Amino acid sequence: MADHQPLLEQLKVVFFEEADEGLAVMESGLLELDPGSADSEAINGIFRAAHSIKGGAGTFGFAGISSFTHGMETLLDQIRSGQAQLTSPRIKALLHAVDHLRLLVEAARSGGKVDETRTDAVRKEIEREIEGHDTKVVPAVVATPGPDARPNVWSIIFEPNPAMMRSGNDPYLLLRELSSLGRATIEVDSTRLPPLEAFDPELIYLSWRIHLEGPRDEKTIREVFAWVEDECRLVIERQAAAPEVVVAVAPAQTNPTTPRPPQDPPVEQERRKTDLGSIRVSIDKVDALVNMVGELVITQSMLGQIERNFDLGKLSRLRDGLNQLERNTRELQESVMRIRMLPIRFIFSRFPRMVRDLSDQLGKDVELTMLGEGTELDKTVLEKLGDPLVHLVRNSVDHGVELPEQRRAAGKPGRGTITLEAFHQGSSIVIEIRDDGGGLKTDRILAKARAAGLIAADVQPNPEEINDLIFSPGLSTADKISDVSGRGVGLDVVRRNIRELGGNVSVSSEPGRGTTFTIRLPLTLAILDGQLIKVGDQTYILPLVSIVESIAMRPDQINAIAGRAEMYRLRDEYLPILRLHQTFGLAGGSQDHAGRLLVVVEGNGQRLGITVDDLLEQQQVVIKSLDTNFRRVDGVSGATILGDGTVALILDVAGLIAFAKGEGKKCSTTPTSSGRPWEAPQRRVDNI
Amino acid sequence: MAGEEYGVDILRVQEIRGWDSATQIPNTPAYIKGIINLRGTIVPIVDLRRRFGLPAVEYGPTTVVIVLKVINADRSRIMGIVVDAVSDVYNIAANEMKPAPDFGAAIDTEFVKGLGTVQQKMLIVLDIDRLLNAGELAAGAEATH
Repeated sequence: MADHQPLLEQLKVVFFEEADEGLAVMESGLLELDPGSADSEAINGIFRAAHSIKGGAGTFGFAGISSFTHGMETLLDQIRSGQAQLTSPRIKALLHAVDHLRLLVEAARSGGKVDETRTDAVRKEIEREIEGHDTKVVPAVVATPGPDARPNVWSIIFEPNPAMMRSGNDPYLLLRELSSLGRATIEVDSTRLPPLEAFDPELIYLSWRIHLEGPRDEKTIREVFAWVEDECRLVIERQAAAPEVVVAVAPAQTNPTTPRPPQDPPVEQERRKTDLGSIRVSIDKVDALVNMVGELVITQSMLGQIERNFDLGKLSRLRDGLNQLERNTRELQESVMRIRMLPIRFIFSRFPRMVRDLSDQLGKDVELTMLGEGTELDKTVLEKLGDPLVHLVRNSVDHGVELPEQRRAAGKPGRGTITLEAFHQGSSIVIEIRDDGGGLKTDRILAKARAAGLIAADVQPNPEEINDLIFSPGLSTADKISDVSGRGVGLDVVRRNIRELGGNVSVSSEPGRGTTFTIRLPLTLAILDGQLIKVGDQTYILPLVSIVESIAMRPDQINAIAGRAEMYRLRDEYLPILRLHQTFGLAGGSQDHAGRLLVVVEGNGQRLGITVDDLLEQQQVVIKSLDTNFRRVDGVSGATILGDGTVALILDVAGLIAFAKGEGKKCSTTPTSSGRPWEAPQRRVDNI
Repeated sequence: MAGEEYGVDILRVQEIRGWDSATQIPNTPAYIKGIINLRGTIVPIVDLRRRFGLPAVEYGPTTVVIVLKVINADRSRIMGIVVDAVSDVYNIAANEMKPAPDFGAAIDTEFVKGLGTVQQKMLIVLDIDRLLNAGELAAGAEATH
């Protein structure tokens, strides 16, 4: 456990960073809301941010934040589902709550304290706004009595004899020990300090006054000072009320030989914030890179020599040299990419504690097994994978594994098992979350989906389709809303996040045997296998993974529905056709399909035929963002630079499919209100 | 450009390069010529003639791209503008610059920072931050948040 501590600290830093982002999202979202007209997407966004903060706070043991956010979430949920109207007092209350939540997060970050009475006041304000308040909010708050639930407060005066250090006792160690007992506020009294010329570095001139909050008795405190009891003056008093002291100061650097008032903490925070963008790389990766560069230099000088007095007899040597250069470049590329790779342990390591806390809270007995923790994946992917995985693991503990009695009744051992496994498969990484619980209850999911209007009453989907429904927004099969999960946000957010990473999440389940969530992610976001296509005089790139097949079009297989939406009959399937010429407004788009090629692509489980003029070569392309200097373009996920130095756009298949659907919608009588029906979740590309 | 001289803040100019073909971006206004590869960075190019509604001309040997740094509220971006030619560098004191007269709705002077006089010639100093962030580009910037 001890060596997990620094890692946990790192993860906390990430949580605070995410919480800041979430707060900003909530604030700007709330400010844009109009009373009366509930923009469901905006409310969903605010709700998700609140939910993420709650989840993260729960994971890291900030019970105060978690329970506080729960109230906000309940109110947002009611507004979202239409149970409660969006009124301006409600928006105001939520904004107050956001402000206060920011204070709470800030306090948790710096180890400070927030006035409890204000917390209560803001919470009450939220609870008043909840429709039929006093019903729902309370249980979650009771469930986790946080460490700040009325702690004992002690006032300790510690005056060591000047000669105490001679007996080998260091007051710093004592103070550190003391601060591990609870929340300590340490003040140093330096009035006894002599002028510098009379200063003896082996004597202690300082004394300390400590405010300690913690549910401990006096004996525990006395034990800390057991070794020095004869060598100091020690006064321990219990204080009745909580002190007004707001800022706690860490016992930093109170070394008696160099007395200095403790002023470090603010600096410390600054430093923490800035080093978030850095990356730790093991030295052997760097060495490998240096070797590679060495080889590249050698190859370059070899090629230079051939060039200096070139004749045709050296052609084969030139060819060898170029081959070597190609190999060097590829290896260099791989090792540079490897620098961005981090072991998935960084995420996995937060789960043992989370699973233990959760299972205690829910009265379950769960064992967590983790496999393949050394599997490496891209840093950006890793950072964005944290939240979805937390959701899925929470889900498995909460809904997957049954209570011990139920398990025994079903003939299974009372202790449930959740397995987290990560492994490579081809050019993707697979993460599985398996539990040996009761499996998905397909009939209940179906009933809920019908009730929520996700599925028409007369449609009978197959089991896989039903399982897939759990990723739909607003569907939760948990009967009671708990602090843990059950609001039906989790899984649609999970799917959305994973898709943003260019991956996919699926679920399979066996009744009575358990459920498995499978996440599939590309190894890196920076490089993609692309198929170059020619449309008009422009070259585009389609991600190779999304191409199903390419065929030469036969005019007699094309049908137009209502004169607009064209379909192509491919074997026994009808594919919508997207004419890239028209969609992108390119010159030279004739109506004639004959001789053109149809590339069948698949994304989000749907297929689409794209008309192209020619298929060029396949190659790996480095993705560059369009956002950096321009903006996002619909249907385009990024750009790349081809071998000849020109720029080619990388097509976004999911966006194009939405495009095709949007065009279909335009033909019907109900245009969407936003006027941009093709607005679709697009693959975000990082700025390289 | 079209017989007039326009000015941009020289500190914002990153480089000036000859015109080379750009890759078109679908569904963007005509004044956005496309994107080019500037040593590995993707840079969008705006045709200033079209932006101002001036008649388009064939690009010739003097047609150049001025690569500019554009500062938006929250970030800076690199963009290029296509102009007929680059003529000279002038020093204009900020207090010698006169505000653009208001032509009402007839002419949009929103992008003009001011008018300067150099050797009896009028020089139109552009506010490139406004120019390249307005309209289409700003809408996009919002969408990316």
